[in-house]
Amino acid sequence: MLSLYETKLSSRLLLGSARYPSPAVLAESVRRSGTEVVTVSLRREMAGGKAGGAFFEMIRSLGVRILPNTAGCHTVEEAVLTARMAREVFRTNWVKLEVIGRHDNLQPDVFELVEAARTLCEEGFAVFPYTTDDLVVAEKLLDAGCEVLMPWCAPIGSAAGPRSLSALTAMRAAFPGVPLIVDAGIGRPSHATMVMEFGYDAVLLNTAVAGAGDPPAMAEAFSRATMAGRQAFEAGMLEPREMAVASTPIVGKGVFA
Amino acid sequence: MRLLVKGAGVAGLTAALELVRRGFAVEVAERRRTVGLGASHYAGGMLAPYCEREAAEEAVLTLGIDAARWWEEALPGEVVRNGTLVVASGRDLPELNRFAARTRGYRRVSAEEIAALEPALAGRFQHGLFFAEEAHLDPRRALNGLYEMLTARGVAFHLGSVGQPQEGLFSAVLDCTGPAAIATLPGLRGVRGEMLYLETPDVRLSRPVRLLHPRHPVYIVPRRDHRFMIGATMIETEDEGPISARSLMELLNAAYAVHPAFGEARVVETGTGVRPAFADNLPRVVERPDGLAIAGMYRHGFLLAPATARQAADRLEQRLLPAGKELNHASAHQRGTAGLQELDARRSSP
Repeated sequence: MLSLYETKLSSRLLLGSARYPSPAVLAESVRRSGTEVVTVSLRREMAGGKAGGAFFEMIRSLGVRILPNTAGCHTVEEAVLTARMAREVFRTNWVKLEVIGRHDNLQPDVFELVEAARTLCEEGFAVFPYTTDDLVVAEKLLDAGCEVLMPWCAPIGSAAGPRSLSALTAMRAAFPGVPLIVDAGIGRPSHATMVMEFGYDAVLLNTAVAGAGDPPAMAEAFSRATMAGRQAFEAGMLEPREMAVASTPIVGKGVFA
Repeated sequence: MRLLVKGAGVAGLTAALELVRRGFAVEVAERRRTVGLGASHYAGGMLAPYCEREAAEEAVLTLGIDAARWWEEALPGEVVRNGTLVVASGRDLPELNRFAARTRGYRRVSAEEIAALEPALAGRFQHGLFFAEEAHLDPRRALNGLYEMLTARGVAFHLGSVGQPQEGLFSAVLDCTGPAAIATLPGLRGVRGEMLYLETPDVRLSRPVRLLHPRHPVYIVPRRDHRFMIGATMIETEDEGPISARSLMELLNAAYAVHPAFGEARVVETGTGVRPAFADNLPRVVERPDGLAIAGMYRHGFLLAPATARQAADRLEQRLLPAGKELNHASAHQRGTAGLQELDARRSSP
């Protein structure tokens, strides 16, 4: 079982709720993914401060845990304010903390991120920081009070898949006891399987499902891929070798002439 | 047999015309001071069933495929059949491939072909998709055109909040009030859309141009008098307040990316509308105690209104006319071929 801030989850797939063809398709995708956590962007849906009532109601009715995010925030102040609003709207202390530093690749501004994380953790939030694979930043986020880390594996929405395998494995090795969730950059189910094989605890994705030709079917594919990767990790995989290793022993083999 | 159509947006006016063609006596009630001032006022007017299929269900294509013909018959000369051009910058090429994989009815066009279609865009885009069968119209001109035509055919309009007719006096009421029905129709929600109009003599386009972008896809629809409609955001809220600075920046950036001369254009209008939508973003003709409602046009008002209008008219005929009878107030040719075909189909069925 995956444990995030003392909440036990059986699904290791977290799903974003943005940019689906329709709320009906989103609901069906969530159902078929088997996910128990759905992220919701508060910012855009609250233009003018009037909550997107019907849309939020629909998300609430899915019966999953809601992880509000601070997508689109560029400063500590914006992110903290958005997190506080989200706590009121969704009545949860969970928040996916996103503080963007660059507009073109949506790279996190890790300096602002750490500061915002410290403020929110002090206020009692359970912070899920969207970060890079930088180990020093990860250390600072843990110092700030985060109990989960969410490194990217490629830019948001890029569908590029894991770009730096060694950085991902190093991070896993550096923080063996911390739940690590790959957030952003996953494009295909095989990407999800790969990072789960590395021992990551979960994956969070949105565009890979929302932008698929058949989002509910893709949600199911990701669910299976995530489970496969986790099961393989737990089962213990072989280390690759340079030379062949015969799968049938030679000694004692019958000789047919 | 008197019918009341409530709401003079695209759904109401198209339905009114269908009903008049079938011989009903129709009156239209609109709380605003004139027709077409609701969500329809901010519509792009793209009759683009193939492009819309990218993020919508197949029904949008099947119901919308006939829309251009309907509008052309109703308002000769208003429909421009120049297709749609879809482009993306070099770095967003995967978006273009994704769009191509989700749609049909296009051919891929090279930089030279783009320049031939739209000389203003020569050298600006290396790859594009051309949807030759698509069309567009000016929504405001189209709705005023329907208004004049309906008035000429004897339809009484009750405009403004005073002097609204008593609903009890009508055989049936057809509710086409768009977002106003959100409070009374279960499952209907509002999706905010923001748009703006630019005016510049320095760019000429003959057809809608869609610029793909992973986060901010936009379309530019050319209008008369050097104007261009730039749209549109999609935000899950019923807020009708003014356009946000962020949305304005995104729309302007995209327009500027399509052609730098838009940087010198005048912003002559910005606007915000609320699109009524059901959970599947498809419209419905809904049964109500006093008649029907056409609801949930979402971002497909001009594309799907002809289909919902016919559907609503069919159902009102079935509901109000005894089997085998039909109203004979209009001669066959006045009904238009679309209505005729449907009547014929029903007569020949057992």
